[in-house]
Amino acid sequence: MAKSDIKYLTQVKQEKQKKKFCRFKKYGIKYVDYKDVDFLRKFLNEQGKILPRRLSGNSLKYQRKVGDAIKKARQMALLPYVTDLMK
Amino acid sequence: MNNYELMVIFTPILSEEEFKASQKKYSDLVIEAGGEIVHTNPWGLKSLAYPIQKKTTGIYWVVEFTALSDFNEKLKVQILRDEQIMRHVITKLDKNAVEYNYVKRNGGFKNLDKATV
Repeated sequence: MAKSDIKYLTQVKQEKQKKKFCRFKKYGIKYVDYKDVDFLRKFLNEQGKILPRRLSGNSLKYQRKVGDAIKKARQMALLPYVTDLMK
Repeated sequence: MNNYELMVIFTPILSEEEFKASQKKYSDLVIEAGGEIVHTNPWGLKSLAYPIQKKTTGIYWVVEFTALSDFNEKLKVQILRDEQIMRHVITKLDKNAVEYNYVKRNGGFKNLDKATV
């Protein structure tokens, strides 16, 4: 109600927020494999840092599993600790 | 008998038969201690994401085995003594992991858009 009353000069372009879902629950993945680099790369940004949950949309349980898997992959030099423009 | 997965990086200057010999050595170590090799998967020469010991490539080897819980200590001692091995990691596989590896080996997952597993 209050929101719609506020009139902005320019039309607020509010693209519809894509409903985030936890891909692990949706596709029923139970185990995050630390050897599967391409899959883990979806959870890293360009610098090779782990994406936060609000961006990756994971639930807490699976975000921790992804975090552990990424750290193991980094330990085994499958993923870099820090890099630039990795994508 | 727990399920474990050992991943090892050998120095790249290892020749083919040396690589085979060390594979055999560790497999025998597992079998001697009453364990059993479920699956070995030598990846071969791969470039590392960052240099380890001034080397930018390494020979990867992944082996999945079942063993008693006190076996890993002996395995670790052997691996640390072997200077051909640059890095190793032993992970304990829970039932989801074992099932994942099994499915991955025989025919892989149906092609979900989430990953090319």
